Amino acid sequence: MIWWRVALLSLRMLGRNRLRAVLAMIGIGVATFLLSAERAVHSGVAEATSANQDDTRLIVYRANRFCPFASKIPERYVDELLKIPGVKSAVPMQIVVSNCRASLDVVVFRGVRAEDAKAVLAPRMRVLDGSFDAFLSRGDGAMLGSALAARRGLKVGDRFTSAGLSVAVMGIVESDGPQDRNAAYVQLPFLQSSAGGVQGGDVTQFEVEVTDATQMREVARAIDERFATDRAPTSTRPEKAFVALAANDLVAIAEFAGWLGIGALAAVFALVANAIVLSLEARTREIAILQSVGFRGGLIAWSVVVESLALALSGSILGAGAAYLALEFGRFGLGADGVSVEFQPSLSVAFISIAAASIVGTVAGLVPALSAARRSIVEGMKSA
Amino acid sequence: MNDSINDSKAFIRCTKLTKVYRKGDQEITPLKDLDLEIERGSFISLMGPSGSGKTTLLNLLAGIDSVTSGSLWIGDNEIGSMSRNQLAAWRAKEVGIIFQSYNLVPVLTAYENVELPLLLHDFTRSERAARVESALETVQLLDRAAHFPRQLSGGQEQRVAIARAIVANPPLLLADEPTGDLDRDSAGMILDLLGRLHREHGRTIVMVTHDPAAARRAEIELHLEKGQLIRSTSNVGHTTKGGVH
Repeated sequence: MIWWRVALLSLRMLGRNRLRAVLAMIGIGVATFLLSAERAVHSGVAEATSANQDDTRLIVYRANRFCPFASKIPERYVDELLKIPGVKSAVPMQIVVSNCRASLDVVVFRGVRAEDAKAVLAPRMRVLDGSFDAFLSRGDGAMLGSALAARRGLKVGDRFTSAGLSVAVMGIVESDGPQDRNAAYVQLPFLQSSAGGVQGGDVTQFEVEVTDATQMREVARAIDERFATDRAPTSTRPEKAFVALAANDLVAIAEFAGWLGIGALAAVFALVANAIVLSLEARTREIAILQSVGFRGGLIAWSVVVESLALALSGSILGAGAAYLALEFGRFGLGADGVSVEFQPSLSVAFISIAAASIVGTVAGLVPALSAARRSIVEGMKSA
Repeated sequence: MNDSINDSKAFIRCTKLTKVYRKGDQEITPLKDLDLEIERGSFISLMGPSGSGKTTLLNLLAGIDSVTSGSLWIGDNEIGSMSRNQLAAWRAKEVGIIFQSYNLVPVLTAYENVELPLLLHDFTRSERAARVESALETVQLLDRAAHFPRQLSGGQEQRVAIARAIVANPPLLLADEPTGDLDRDSAGMILDLLGRLHREHGRTIVMVTHDPAAARRAEIELHLEKGQLIRSTSNVGHTTKGGVH
């Protein structure tokens, strides 16, 4: 109970030094915000690129081409693809992007045939607003992924223009896949003609669903073998491997961001240590007073550790909470070469950031705490 | 605050008590081979010029500084051989310290300052409240319980410090120049209060002072010079509750 009473005393004294506490919390909050953002980038890259055993989607791309403008595959391949054993569905898709380079606000138009929109896309998406029927009723209609709609502030009935294409928003969809959440689905003939192609001509890629997740490699090999001698040889990969390759720059950015995360934790360490050391310097006499009335060294150290933990915990909750809200409402994401990586807000990211910052902050207070516990009372009483 | 503490055995016993400080290559000996016995319930004032060792002696009695050689017993405890933690636990129960500069925690109210020593004991919240209120009543500051030190006068701050020193009911009160920073009226009030704590509650009080008038309020004046006891003066015709040998 003594430990509990001393902890409450420490918190009360911290609360009475409000300016110092708030300044330290803001610093820790900013660092934790960066840490949470870095964790969100990391999480988004992992979601977009890490394969799991249930994945059944392959991307068929033009061999030796690495951007949507360069990949041209005849739409008619779809019939051949459907004949390959293990292929459940094949969706020819034209991709047009607003920006070829890595950008925080890339608009990816994905042109699909009407029959594929109903048979393949609709089952894997939840319609938040509008409808697929309305989408298919207009040649320039678009179904927007939820992240794109939120980022651009678009709703059903709006028109928007990007990459030289003007479309009418006919629906907003939610999906488990980041590529769907960040795309604007339009009808294939509209996109082919708008992009300067011809209806029924070339597409950028095929999305192929396989019947058995364990057969992904074999089906991919069969597809590439089938078209190896055709005029447009293909290169087929699982979707997430394809994204990892296409978004190579983004993965590199995420890896770099990892260093920012370590830097953010180092900043938390330095901020807490600095706040505690300055606080203890200013409170040398206070500590001597506590020692003179009978507080033993362990209790003094404990009160300092409680203060460190309180600063780190409250600051990190502030920072992680702000990051969560910013990511939730901003729906930020990076796009490159037609693929998207979202910066995902999640409670687990927030909790990890809070836990990491709190642990680091508490550790930062340990050395000053032990030092305070060993101080001479007589010397402490002499301080101003 | 009604406990009376009476015992005929010498309460404080110093034998060849020596304290040596080092400052770089220099060795300073503020106390040297001091022999002293103070009986329980005495009110002692320590006088002497600056550097005579009186504050050093007080710090040793409080267990906030370490003995270099010799022995120091207070009650049944040999202070010189106790660890820092043992000394802290002993201080919490046995000693109340009053400093010249009050030494209140500025971010705590008068009530919370007085409550500090009680946090180290297993009292319930209501028991703590009763004791704090009683101590503040003793120093006539119950109405200022919610005030912070900056909202109090110097004399009031010192009375809060006295309330903190007596709240855990320690048998020994040590006061280092308790009136040094106060005007005459406030000083008189503090000395009256210490006298009352001695007379009515039987506490052993050792007070360091430069002020001869303050020193005369004690039963016995001890004069230190160059770390040694040179004279002892009784301010009462006969020693009634305690004494010095």
